[in-house]
Amino acid sequence: MEPREQEFLDYVQSGGMVEPDDWMPDEYRKRLIKFIEMHGNSELMGVLPERDWILRAPTLQRKLALTAKIQDEVGHCQLIYRVVEDLGKPRSACLDDLIAGKSKFHNVFHYPTKSWGDVGVIAWLVDAAAIISQKALLKCSYAPYARVMKKVCWEESFHILHGRDTVLAMVTGTPEQFELVQEALNRWWTPLMHFHGTPIPADEDPMVIWRIKSQGNEDARQQFLDGYVPQVRELGLEIPDPKLRKNGNGVWEYTEPDWDELTAVVTGHGPASQERLDFRRLSRAETDWVSKVVLAEAA
Amino acid sequence: MSAQAQPRTELLLDLADDELILGWRNSEWTGIAPFLEEDVAFSSIAQNEIGHARALYGLAAADLGTDADALAFDRTPGEYRCAPLVQLRLVPDWARTIARHVLYETADAVRIERLKEHEDAELAGIAAKIEREEVYHRLHAQMWLERLRDEERYAGAVEELWPYALGVLSPELRPVLAERVGRPEVDAVDRSAPGEEFAALWDEMTMVRRSAPVGAQW
Amino acid sequence: MIFEVFRQERKGQPFVHGGSFHAPDQAFADAYAREFYARRQESVALWVVPRESIHAIEEFPDEFDLKYRRVDGYSIKARLKEARERAGTAAD
Repeated sequence: MEPREQEFLDYVQSGGMVEPDDWMPDEYRKRLIKFIEMHGNSELMGVLPERDWILRAPTLQRKLALTAKIQDEVGHCQLIYRVVEDLGKPRSACLDDLIAGKSKFHNVFHYPTKSWGDVGVIAWLVDAAAIISQKALLKCSYAPYARVMKKVCWEESFHILHGRDTVLAMVTGTPEQFELVQEALNRWWTPLMHFHGTPIPADEDPMVIWRIKSQGNEDARQQFLDGYVPQVRELGLEIPDPKLRKNGNGVWEYTEPDWDELTAVVTGHGPASQERLDFRRLSRAETDWVSKVVLAEAA
Repeated sequence: MSAQAQPRTELLLDLADDELILGWRNSEWTGIAPFLEEDVAFSSIAQNEIGHARALYGLAAADLGTDADALAFDRTPGEYRCAPLVQLRLVPDWARTIARHVLYETADAVRIERLKEHEDAELAGIAAKIEREEVYHRLHAQMWLERLRDEERYAGAVEELWPYALGVLSPELRPVLAERVGRPEVDAVDRSAPGEEFAALWDEMTMVRRSAPVGAQW
Repeated sequence: MIFEVFRQERKGQPFVHGGSFHAPDQAFADAYAREFYARRQESVALWVVPRESIHAIEEFPDEFDLKYRRVDGYSIKARLKEARERAGTAAD
């Protein structure tokens, strides 16, 4: 590593913060852009599984809460893409790459939603998994991103409550309503286990070395299981993994997820990946003229 | 029938149904609006509309001995009173969406102003509250109008939707709308029993709710 | 255009930078600022400014160590001790 890069590495590892106009090594900038862009992509694509349910929400309060949650996600995408733009990649280029399948978004948004049970499970457990990652990002060495994460974490706080409340209403309702949740959980458990990524040790993870991420993947997953397995089980719901248990050392054991499946999904081969990207491409094509008329420099 | 003479429940349901269905139509843009900032702004407008619907249903529900959700979801499609303008599915056409937004906000302003003067204090009160939020909807509509007014597709959309806009209002208020919009009054597309397209919309809107017995909690 | 938003959380608090967004003009920017920084009533006031109106300054030379202008430019401990000893008021 060149001396200037080493100096920068030492600086971030000892807690130094980086601002947009600071010099940064190419590798740091590239990794940052890729990571943050994927986050922005995920917020945007995360809207698609959920938006169908706004119309179908069974009460006015749920309709409003769901709309507000999705609105937050769009807002987060805006905040996050702005960070990427100030690092040098225009928003329109991010959208181009997303639609062309050249950039990625989180695995959970490649799956279809089938029932109101999914709406509850996603808002509760998928958002919970995401918040664990987002809280760790509060310590990101790149200051603009860390600041955005603060706002994001604060706004997400109601999402989990809304999700849990939605689930609670169903599990204390009719047997059919309970079954909606159980069935959704059965389908979402594997994507949830995939969510935090492969168990690469933190000290081998370049993202942790550069202090972009401050938490290893397995650590995040364990934190999720610690927090949420008891919450799920106390409702009488079954988690579809017979091996899932906390061992004597306080570590959660589970059936090893198929990591090849995760790779396939995030590279666009998930059950709903293409359909969603196509939808996004069509929507953008239909409204492109508006950006050109009013907002010359960004789409 | 003039707004003052119209039975309270009918008046409330006209308004509430308009706001509920328009709120849904506007929320169809969530995630796919022309750009992200506008996506967030437009979603707030949609939420405000659904919020208005909820408050209006609440008043009507108190009169009828039921609750807001029951009125919003549990009537048969033929019992809804929403204007044809709000039933139109305009996504992904932003020009027509904004044309409707501008026209609806103007029409709504006319009727809300009247409602603020209603002898029924509750109706007048809720109209005043609604108007305080609508100020921002109108600002939003105005700023888009200024940007799109020279676009042919926008002008075409206003032309197409004008008869529908008139149909939002009771006949004696239509000249006021015509004056504000600066267009001659034409034959309106009146409120009538909603047709097949609405029935399909209602079907999807109520499918989750109908999957459990009436009175189930969600 | 890019606009920057500064928000005040409560009356009496300083205005703090909130973030930035794209908008065609000030009217749109004001609408968007409301949405992004106040839709939950989380701000009592906002300043919405075009980014180009903000001049960033990041270099502050201090060649001749003019620390007499700061508290750390003064070290009175030794002299204070001597003065107290002279006056017989030094603590035991």
